Amino acid sequence: MKLLRERTEKQRLGESLIIQTSVRLMVPFVQLFGLYVIVHGHYSPGGGFQGGVILGSSFVMLALAFDQKSSLRLMSERANAILGNTGAIIFVGVGALCAICGGLFLDYSALDVLIPLGPVEWRSFGIFLVEVGVGLAVMSIMVSLFWDLGSAGKMDEGL
Amino acid sequence: MEDLLVLIVAKVNYWAYVILMMIGFYAMIGKRNLVKKLIGMNIFQTAIILMFVSSGVKHGAKIPILNKYEVLEKGVDVAGVVNPLPHVLMLTAIVVSVSVTGVALAILLRIYREYGTLEEDEILEKLGK
Amino acid sequence: MKALALLATLITGSILLYGTMDFPAWGDPQDPAAVYLSPYYIENAVRETHVPNLVTAILGDYRGYDTMFETVVIYCAGMVVVSVLRRSKNDRPENKT
Repeated sequence: MKLLRERTEKQRLGESLIIQTSVRLMVPFVQLFGLYVIVHGHYSPGGGFQGGVILGSSFVMLALAFDQKSSLRLMSERANAILGNTGAIIFVGVGALCAICGGLFLDYSALDVLIPLGPVEWRSFGIFLVEVGVGLAVMSIMVSLFWDLGSAGKMDEGL
Repeated sequence: MEDLLVLIVAKVNYWAYVILMMIGFYAMIGKRNLVKKLIGMNIFQTAIILMFVSSGVKHGAKIPILNKYEVLEKGVDVAGVVNPLPHVLMLTAIVVSVSVTGVALAILLRIYREYGTLEEDEILEKLGK
Repeated sequence: MKALALLATLITGSILLYGTMDFPAWGDPQDPAAVYLSPYYIENAVRETHVPNLVTAILGDYRGYDTMFETVVIYCAGMVVVSVLRRSKNDRPENKT
Protein backbone atom coordinates (compact mmCIF):
# COMPACT_ATOMS: atom_id res chain seq x y z
CA MET A 1 0.00 0.00 0.00
CA LYS A 2 2.82 2.36 0.90
CA LEU A 3 4.57 1.49 -2.32
CA LEU A 4 1.48 2.24 -4.35
CA ARG A 5 1.05 5.61 -2.69
CA GLU A 6 4.68 6.50 -3.22
CA ARG A 7 4.44 5.54 -6.82
CA THR A 8 1.33 7.60 -7.45
CA GLU A 9 2.85 10.57 -5.67
CA LYS A 10 5.99 10.27 -7.71
CA GLN A 11 3.99 10.24 -10.92
CA ARG A 12 1.95 13.19 -9.62
CA LEU A 13 -1.24 11.46 -10.59
CA GLY A 14 -2.57 11.43 -7.06
CA GLU A 15 -6.26 12.17 -7.42
CA SER A 16 -7.68 9.55 -5.12
CA LEU A 17 -6.20 6.25 -4.07
CA ILE A 18 -9.62 4.64 -3.73
CA ILE A 19 -10.63 5.49 -7.28
CA GLN A 20 -7.32 4.40 -8.73
CA THR A 21 -7.25 1.08 -6.91
CA SER A 22 -10.85 0.23 -7.71
CA VAL A 23 -10.39 1.15 -11.36
CA ARG A 24 -7.29 -1.02 -11.52
CA LEU A 25 -9.27 -3.93 -10.09
CA MET A 26 -12.33 -3.32 -12.27
CA VAL A 27 -10.72 -2.92 -15.68
CA PRO A 28 -10.09 -6.65 -16.39
CA PHE A 29 -13.66 -7.51 -15.46
CA VAL A 30 -15.06 -4.72 -17.60
CA GLN A 31 -13.03 -5.98 -20.56
CA LEU A 32 -14.18 -9.54 -19.94
CA PHE A 33 -17.77 -8.35 -19.83
CA GLY A 34 -17.29 -6.46 -23.09
CA LEU A 35 -15.98 -9.61 -24.79
CA TYR A 36 -18.90 -11.55 -23.35
CA VAL A 37 -21.39 -9.04 -24.74
CA ILE A 38 -19.77 -9.25 -28.19
CA VAL A 39 -19.61 -13.04 -28.49
CA HIS A 40 -22.97 -13.64 -26.76
CA GLY A 41 -24.90 -11.32 -29.06
CA HIS A 42 -26.62 -14.29 -30.69
CA TYR A 43 -28.39 -15.41 -27.53
CA SER A 44 -28.87 -12.31 -25.37
CA PRO A 45 -29.11 -8.54 -25.78
CA GLY A 46 -25.77 -7.43 -27.08
CA GLY A 47 -23.62 -7.43 -30.16
CA GLY A 48 -20.73 -5.67 -31.74
CA PHE A 49 -21.71 -2.05 -31.10
CA GLN A 50 -22.59 -2.49 -27.44
CA GLY A 51 -19.65 -4.73 -26.59
CA GLY A 52 -17.25 -2.47 -28.44
CA VAL A 53 -18.42 0.52 -26.43
CA ILE A 54 -17.96 -1.43 -23.17
CA LEU A 55 -14.44 -2.47 -24.21
CA GLY A 56 -13.60 1.10 -25.11
CA SER A 57 -15.02 2.41 -21.85
CA SER A 58 -12.46 0.36 -19.90
CA PHE A 59 -9.65 2.37 -21.49
CA VAL A 60 -11.56 5.60 -21.00
CA MET A 61 -11.89 4.68 -17.33
CA LEU A 62 -8.13 4.18 -17.05
CA ALA A 63 -7.49 7.51 -18.74
CA LEU A 64 -9.86 9.27 -16.35
CA ALA A 65 -8.63 7.70 -13.11
CA PHE A 66 -4.93 7.94 -13.90
CA ASP A 67 -3.93 10.06 -16.85
CA GLN A 68 -3.82 9.66 -20.56
CA LYS A 69 -0.17 8.60 -20.59
CA SER A 70 -0.88 5.53 -18.50
CA SER A 71 -3.73 4.45 -20.74
CA LEU A 72 -1.46 5.02 -23.72
CA ARG A 73 1.12 2.75 -22.06
CA LEU A 74 -1.40 -0.08 -21.84
CA MET A 75 -2.82 0.43 -25.32
CA SER A 76 -0.49 2.24 -27.66
CA GLU A 77 -1.85 4.37 -30.44
CA ARG A 78 -0.35 2.12 -33.06
CA ALA A 79 -2.03 -0.96 -31.59
CA ASN A 80 -5.30 0.95 -31.41
CA ALA A 81 -5.07 1.94 -35.06
CA ILE A 82 -4.21 -1.62 -36.07
CA LEU A 83 -7.20 -2.99 -34.15
CA GLY A 84 -9.58 -0.48 -35.69
CA ASN A 85 -8.40 -1.16 -39.23
CA THR A 86 -8.53 -4.90 -38.58
CA GLY A 87 -12.15 -4.60 -37.46
CA ALA A 88 -13.22 -2.69 -40.55
CA ILE A 89 -11.26 -5.07 -42.81
CA ILE A 90 -12.83 -8.15 -41.16
CA PHE A 91 -16.29 -6.84 -42.00
CA VAL A 92 -15.56 -5.86 -45.59
CA GLY A 93 -13.33 -8.91 -46.04
CA VAL A 94 -16.05 -11.35 -45.00
CA GLY A 95 -18.40 -9.66 -47.45
CA ALA A 96 -15.84 -9.80 -50.24
CA LEU A 97 -15.01 -13.43 -49.43
CA CYS A 98 -18.68 -14.29 -49.92
CA ALA A 99 -18.55 -12.66 -53.34
CA ILE A 100 -15.33 -14.52 -54.21
CA CYS A 101 -16.85 -17.84 -53.17
CA GLY A 102 -19.63 -17.42 -55.66
CA GLY A 103 -22.46 -15.80 -53.73
CA LEU A 104 -23.64 -12.26 -53.41
CA PHE A 105 -21.76 -9.66 -51.38
CA LEU A 106 -22.43 -10.30 -47.64
CA ASP A 107 -24.40 -13.49 -48.39
CA TYR A 108 -22.70 -15.68 -45.82
CA SER A 109 -24.25 -18.93 -47.00
CA ALA A 110 -21.89 -18.83 -49.98
CA LEU A 111 -18.98 -19.56 -47.61
CA ASP A 112 -20.22 -23.13 -47.43
CA VAL A 113 -17.76 -24.13 -50.16
CA LEU A 114 -14.82 -23.34 -47.85
CA ILE A 115 -15.87 -25.37 -44.81
CA PRO A 116 -19.03 -27.41 -45.29
CA LEU A 117 -21.06 -26.52 -42.22
CA GLY A 118 -24.34 -26.05 -44.04
CA PRO A 119 -25.63 -22.74 -45.41
CA VAL A 120 -27.82 -21.88 -42.43
CA GLU A 121 -25.03 -22.48 -39.91
CA TRP A 122 -22.74 -20.37 -42.05
CA ARG A 123 -25.19 -17.50 -41.91
CA SER A 124 -25.11 -17.72 -38.11
CA PHE A 125 -21.31 -17.91 -38.06
CA GLY A 126 -20.95 -15.11 -40.59
CA ILE A 127 -22.99 -12.85 -38.33
CA PHE A 128 -20.56 -13.72 -35.52
CA LEU A 129 -17.51 -12.81 -37.62
CA VAL A 130 -19.11 -9.53 -38.62
CA GLU A 131 -19.97 -8.70 -35.01
CA VAL A 132 -16.36 -9.25 -33.95
CA GLY A 133 -15.24 -6.87 -36.69
CA VAL A 134 -17.76 -4.24 -35.64
CA GLY A 135 -16.75 -4.62 -31.99
CA LEU A 136 -13.05 -4.09 -32.72
CA ALA A 137 -13.72 -1.06 -34.92
CA VAL A 138 -16.10 0.57 -32.44
CA MET A 139 -13.72 0.00 -29.51
CA SER A 140 -10.79 1.54 -31.37
CA ILE A 141 -12.76 4.55 -32.56
CA MET A 142 -14.27 5.21 -29.11
CA VAL A 143 -10.84 5.17 -27.45
CA SER A 144 -9.38 7.31 -30.20
CA LEU A 145 -12.21 9.85 -29.93
CA PHE A 146 -11.68 10.14 -26.19
CA TRP A 147 -7.92 10.51 -26.46
CA ASP A 148 -8.13 13.23 -29.06
CA LEU A 149 -11.03 15.16 -27.57
CA GLY A 150 -9.77 14.83 -23.99
CA SER A 151 -6.34 16.28 -24.69
CA ALA A 152 -7.36 18.64 -27.54
CA GLY A 153 -5.10 16.72 -29.93
CA LYS A 154 -1.89 17.11 -27.95
CA MET A 155 -1.88 13.57 -26.51
CA ASP A 156 -0.41 14.73 -23.20
CA GLU A 157 -1.82 14.14 -19.71
CA GLY A 158 -5.34 14.94 -20.84
CA LEU A 159 -8.24 15.56 -18.54
CA MET B 1 -64.44 11.95 -20.62
CA GLU B 2 -63.88 8.31 -21.43
CA ASP B 3 -62.82 9.22 -24.97
CA LEU B 4 -60.37 11.79 -23.69
CA LEU B 5 -58.78 9.24 -21.37
CA VAL B 6 -58.43 6.74 -24.23
CA LEU B 7 -56.88 9.46 -26.41
CA ILE B 8 -54.39 10.41 -23.69
CA VAL B 9 -53.33 6.81 -23.08
CA ALA B 10 -52.95 6.19 -26.81
CA LYS B 11 -50.99 9.33 -27.63
CA VAL B 12 -49.19 10.51 -24.50
CA ASN B 13 -45.85 9.04 -25.56
CA TYR B 14 -45.91 10.88 -28.89
CA TRP B 15 -46.70 14.14 -27.08
CA ALA B 16 -43.75 13.58 -24.77
CA TYR B 17 -41.46 13.06 -27.77
CA VAL B 18 -42.79 16.18 -29.49
CA ILE B 19 -42.09 18.20 -26.36
CA LEU B 20 -38.59 16.73 -26.06
CA MET B 21 -37.97 17.41 -29.74
CA MET B 22 -39.08 21.01 -29.37
CA ILE B 23 -36.74 21.50 -26.41
CA GLY B 24 -33.90 20.37 -28.65
CA PHE B 25 -35.14 22.51 -31.53
CA TYR B 26 -35.30 25.63 -29.36
CA ALA B 27 -31.80 24.98 -28.07
CA MET B 28 -30.56 24.63 -31.65
CA ILE B 29 -32.04 27.85 -32.99
CA GLY B 30 -32.42 30.04 -29.91
CA LYS B 31 -29.16 29.65 -28.03
CA ARG B 32 -26.02 31.58 -28.93
CA ASN B 33 -23.47 29.16 -27.49
CA LEU B 34 -22.24 26.48 -29.88
CA VAL B 35 -21.96 23.79 -27.19
CA LYS B 36 -25.57 24.44 -26.19
CA LYS B 37 -26.57 24.06 -29.81
CA LEU B 38 -24.78 20.71 -29.90
CA ILE B 39 -26.57 19.55 -26.75
CA GLY B 40 -29.85 20.62 -28.34
CA MET B 41 -29.05 18.48 -31.38
CA ASN B 42 -28.41 15.51 -29.10
CA ILE B 43 -31.77 16.00 -27.37
CA PHE B 44 -33.43 16.15 -30.79
CA GLN B 45 -31.80 12.87 -31.82
CA THR B 46 -32.84 11.24 -28.56
CA ALA B 47 -36.46 12.24 -29.15
CA ILE B 48 -36.41 10.69 -32.62
CA ILE B 49 -34.80 7.50 -31.31
CA LEU B 50 -37.42 7.20 -28.55
CA MET B 51 -40.23 7.72 -31.06
CA PHE B 52 -38.98 4.98 -33.37
CA VAL B 53 -38.41 2.50 -30.54
CA SER B 54 -41.88 3.15 -29.16
CA SER B 55 -43.40 2.49 -32.59
CA GLY B 56 -42.20 -1.11 -32.29
CA VAL B 57 -44.21 -1.84 -29.15
CA LYS B 58 -47.10 -4.31 -29.25
CA HIS B 59 -49.40 -4.91 -26.32
CA GLY B 60 -48.54 -8.00 -24.32
CA ALA B 61 -45.65 -8.94 -26.61
CA LYS B 62 -42.29 -10.36 -25.56
CA ILE B 63 -38.76 -9.27 -26.41
CA PRO B 64 -37.42 -10.34 -29.82
CA ILE B 65 -35.20 -13.09 -28.44
CA LEU B 66 -36.84 -16.42 -29.17
CA ASN B 67 -36.28 -19.98 -28.14
CA LYS B 68 -34.56 -21.49 -31.16
CA TYR B 69 -35.69 -25.10 -30.89
CA GLU B 70 -39.27 -24.19 -30.04
CA VAL B 71 -39.46 -21.85 -33.03
CA LEU B 72 -37.95 -24.43 -35.39
CA GLU B 73 -40.56 -26.99 -34.32
CA LYS B 74 -43.73 -24.95 -33.92
CA GLY B 75 -43.22 -21.58 -35.58
CA VAL B 76 -43.85 -18.26 -33.89
CA ASP B 77 -46.83 -16.03 -33.21
CA VAL B 78 -46.14 -12.68 -34.87
CA ALA B 79 -48.36 -10.71 -32.48
CA GLY B 80 -46.45 -12.10 -29.49
CA VAL B 81 -43.06 -10.60 -30.40
CA VAL B 82 -42.31 -6.88 -30.57
CA ASN B 83 -41.27 -5.41 -33.89
CA PRO B 84 -37.46 -5.83 -34.08
CA LEU B 85 -36.94 -3.58 -37.08
CA PRO B 86 -37.04 -0.18 -35.28
CA HIS B 87 -34.57 -1.52 -32.73
CA VAL B 88 -32.09 -2.35 -35.48
CA LEU B 89 -32.55 1.00 -37.19
CA MET B 90 -32.12 2.90 -33.94
CA LEU B 91 -29.06 0.87 -32.96
CA THR B 92 -27.38 2.22 -36.07
CA ALA B 93 -28.84 5.69 -35.48
CA ILE B 94 -27.28 5.79 -32.01
CA VAL B 95 -23.87 5.02 -33.49
CA VAL B 96 -24.31 7.74 -36.10
CA SER B 97 -25.25 10.18 -33.34
CA VAL B 98 -22.06 9.29 -31.44
CA SER B 99 -20.02 9.88 -34.60
CA VAL B 100 -21.74 13.20 -35.28
CA THR B 101 -21.19 14.31 -31.68
CA GLY B 102 -17.51 13.40 -31.85
CA VAL B 103 -16.90 15.26 -35.09
CA ALA B 104 -18.88 18.27 -33.86
CA LEU B 105 -16.89 18.42 -30.62
CA ALA B 106 -13.64 18.23 -32.58
CA ILE B 107 -14.71 21.12 -34.79
CA LEU B 108 -15.79 23.10 -31.70
CA LEU B 109 -12.37 22.55 -30.14
CA ARG B 110 -10.77 23.77 -33.35
CA ILE B 111 -13.02 26.86 -33.40
CA TYR B 112 -12.07 27.60 -29.81
CA ARG B 113 -8.39 27.24 -30.67
CA GLU B 114 -8.80 29.67 -33.54
CA TYR B 115 -11.11 32.33 -32.07
CA GLY B 116 -10.79 31.85 -28.32
CA THR B 117 -14.54 31.73 -27.77
CA LEU B 118 -17.58 29.61 -28.49
CA GLU B 119 -20.17 32.40 -28.44
CA GLU B 120 -21.69 32.97 -31.83
CA ASP B 121 -21.81 36.79 -31.58
CA GLU B 122 -18.16 37.11 -30.62
CA ILE B 123 -17.09 34.78 -33.45
CA LEU B 124 -19.12 36.83 -35.93
CA GLU B 125 -17.55 40.01 -34.55
CA LYS B 126 -14.07 38.58 -35.04
CA LEU B 127 -14.95 37.38 -38.51
CA GLY B 128 -16.25 40.82 -39.48
CA LYS B 129 -12.95 42.55 -38.80
CA MET C 1 -34.23 36.86 -31.58
CA LYS C 2 -35.12 34.64 -28.66
CA ALA C 3 -38.80 35.52 -29.04
CA LEU C 4 -38.63 34.61 -32.72
CA ALA C 5 -37.04 31.28 -31.89
CA LEU C 6 -39.68 30.61 -29.26
CA LEU C 7 -42.42 31.48 -31.74
CA ALA C 8 -40.97 29.12 -34.36
CA THR C 9 -40.67 26.38 -31.74
CA LEU C 10 -44.26 26.81 -30.61
CA ILE C 11 -45.64 26.80 -34.16
CA THR C 12 -43.63 23.71 -35.16
CA GLY C 13 -44.56 21.98 -31.92
CA SER C 14 -48.27 22.63 -32.37
CA ILE C 15 -48.15 21.34 -35.96
CA LEU C 16 -46.39 18.20 -34.77
CA LEU C 17 -48.87 17.76 -31.92
CA TYR C 18 -51.69 18.06 -34.45
CA GLY C 19 -49.92 15.46 -36.58
CA THR C 20 -49.79 12.94 -33.75
CA MET C 21 -53.58 12.66 -33.96
CA ASP C 22 -53.14 10.52 -37.08
CA PHE C 23 -50.57 8.25 -35.45
CA PRO C 24 -51.54 4.71 -34.51
CA ALA C 25 -52.30 4.14 -30.84
CA TRP C 26 -49.48 3.10 -28.55
CA GLY C 27 -48.91 -0.66 -28.59
CA ASP C 28 -51.36 -1.37 -31.38
CA PRO C 29 -50.39 -4.72 -33.00
CA GLN C 30 -52.01 -3.61 -36.27
CA ASP C 31 -50.12 -0.36 -36.71
CA PRO C 32 -48.57 0.11 -40.16
CA ALA C 33 -45.02 -0.25 -38.89
CA ALA C 34 -45.78 -3.73 -37.57
CA VAL C 35 -47.64 -5.30 -40.50
CA TYR C 36 -45.57 -4.56 -43.56
CA LEU C 37 -42.05 -6.01 -43.32
CA SER C 38 -41.41 -7.18 -39.78
CA PRO C 39 -43.74 -10.25 -39.81
CA TYR C 40 -41.43 -11.81 -42.39
CA TYR C 41 -38.42 -11.24 -40.12
CA ILE C 42 -40.17 -12.55 -37.04
CA GLU C 43 -41.42 -15.68 -38.79
CA ASN C 44 -38.38 -16.57 -40.87
CA ALA C 45 -35.28 -15.10 -39.23
CA VAL C 46 -34.67 -17.96 -36.81
CA ARG C 47 -35.31 -20.58 -39.47
CA GLU C 48 -33.03 -18.93 -42.01
CA THR C 49 -30.14 -17.92 -39.78
CA HIS C 50 -30.36 -20.03 -36.57
CA VAL C 51 -29.87 -16.91 -34.46
CA PRO C 52 -32.39 -16.59 -31.60
CA ASN C 53 -31.81 -12.85 -31.17
CA LEU C 54 -33.81 -11.30 -33.99
CA VAL C 55 -32.12 -7.94 -33.65
CA THR C 56 -28.70 -9.47 -34.23
CA ALA C 57 -30.02 -11.55 -37.13
CA ILE C 58 -31.47 -8.53 -38.91
CA LEU C 59 -28.49 -6.34 -38.07
CA GLY C 60 -25.87 -8.80 -39.30
CA ASP C 61 -27.59 -10.57 -42.15
CA TYR C 62 -30.68 -8.97 -43.65
CA ARG C 63 -29.39 -5.44 -43.22
CA GLY C 64 -25.71 -6.25 -43.68
CA TYR C 65 -25.09 -3.32 -46.01
CA ASP C 66 -26.57 -0.95 -43.44
CA THR C 67 -24.25 -2.24 -40.72
CA MET C 68 -21.23 -2.23 -43.01
CA PHE C 69 -21.63 1.40 -43.99
CA GLU C 70 -22.36 2.14 -40.34
CA THR C 71 -18.91 0.83 -39.53
CA VAL C 72 -17.50 2.92 -42.36
CA VAL C 73 -19.27 6.01 -40.98
CA ILE C 74 -17.85 5.60 -37.50
CA TYR C 75 -14.41 4.82 -38.96
CA CYS C 76 -14.55 8.03 -40.97
CA ALA C 77 -15.62 9.93 -37.85
CA GLY C 78 -12.56 8.66 -35.99
CA MET C 79 -10.25 9.65 -38.82
CA VAL C 80 -11.86 13.09 -39.11
CA VAL C 81 -11.39 13.76 -35.40
CA VAL C 82 -7.73 12.74 -35.58
CA SER C 83 -7.06 14.83 -38.67
CA VAL C 84 -8.90 17.90 -37.39
CA LEU C 85 -7.43 17.98 -33.91
CA ARG C 86 -4.01 16.34 -33.90
CA ARG C 87 -0.99 18.59 -33.46
CA SER C 88 2.45 17.23 -34.13
CA LYS C 89 5.03 17.42 -31.36
CA ASN C 90 7.24 19.93 -33.16
CA ASP C 91 4.45 22.37 -33.91
CA ARG C 92 5.98 25.69 -34.86
CA PRO C 93 5.34 28.38 -32.24
CA GLU C 94 4.13 31.02 -34.70
CA ASN C 95 1.19 28.80 -35.57
CA LYS C 96 -0.03 28.82 -31.98
CA THR C 97 -2.66 31.38 -31.17
